[in-house]
Amino acid sequence: MTADVDEIDGPDRDDDRAGPGRSRSRWRLVALVLTPIVLFAVVLASGLGRDPRALPSELIGHPAPTFSLPRLDAGGTLDLGDLEGQVVVVNFWASWCLPCREEHEALEAAWGRYRERGVVILGVSFEDTEEGALAFRDELGGDWPLAADPDSRTAIAYGVFGVPETFVIAPDGSISAKTTGAVTYEWLTREIESALRDGNVD
Amino acid sequence: MLVAAVAVVGVAAVFASGGPDRTASVDDRVHEVGAGLRCPVCLNLSVADSPSALAGEMRAEIETQLRSGRSPEQVRAFFVDRYGEWILLAPTRRGLNLLPWAIPIVGLLVGASLWIGFVRRRMPRDEVAASTSERARIERDLANLQEPG
Repeated sequence: MTADVDEIDGPDRDDDRAGPGRSRSRWRLVALVLTPIVLFAVVLASGLGRDPRALPSELIGHPAPTFSLPRLDAGGTLDLGDLEGQVVVVNFWASWCLPCREEHEALEAAWGRYRERGVVILGVSFEDTEEGALAFRDELGGDWPLAADPDSRTAIAYGVFGVPETFVIAPDGSISAKTTGAVTYEWLTREIESALRDGNVD
Repeated sequence: MLVAAVAVVGVAAVFASGGPDRTASVDDRVHEVGAGLRCPVCLNLSVADSPSALAGEMRAEIETQLRSGRSPEQVRAFFVDRYGEWILLAPTRRGLNLLPWAIPIVGLLVGASLWIGFVRRRMPRDEVAASTSERARIERDLANLQEPG
């Protein structure tokens, strides 16, 4: 008798009846369906929250690509090799670029504050005409050296996506920092100071 | 069988990406490399297709490097070193990047095994289970009928 009853109500045997076995398998089904959906949503959410333009430079810690560029604001060439042992700020910019106007003041202030300490700011023109670049300089002022970049070879060598982008090169010739978009005075002082410190330690 | 075949085809497709054709003209090879690189300015166009000035200059850079004897892989590596893997329209097939290729195959295998398990449990045994439980119930009902009488 008892044996018969056990068989009837045995676990998971009788799927047509409501009971603990059935609700367990229902939960299993819900988990099976929901897990991939939740995982997918998490992946999507983390991906969609990212700014596709906010990319860390691959070049940080690597030797700065060398360049020798025709100077725009004066004659001659600008050669990165001549600036060995100094902190160099390379600013890619264009006269048609709005954030470049925004950051101009910050660059000017940093140039004024650090040029005495051997820091060089270099403006490298990006996808611009010579006239446009010089008109920009006339309009906004500043007297740090400017260079043209024929065929954007230097911009490509630095992995530039667009303007403005600013790189800080440490005295050992490696790229120590990079920022995309209008650079701020705070960022410039922080990164220049840090590059100067590293230079003194060596 | 079908699942295995699908898996094999999938894996083959992952690894059988055509190698560069050495006999192709420089223009074709520039196009081939450029087609795999993302234009930094327009994001969703390849360097080969983008009309932007920077893409044009990148094509020139690719051509210069190919003409100087560098292989398409070396040229691609040049851009990856500067722009990161981001620049590749198809990420390299190793490490975590294999996940998008692996997930459908794994999903197929898991789904197939679940389905097979489900069918096996349901089909033949269910009839036996139903008949035994039914028989048991009949026996019990019969016993209940007989007890009072």
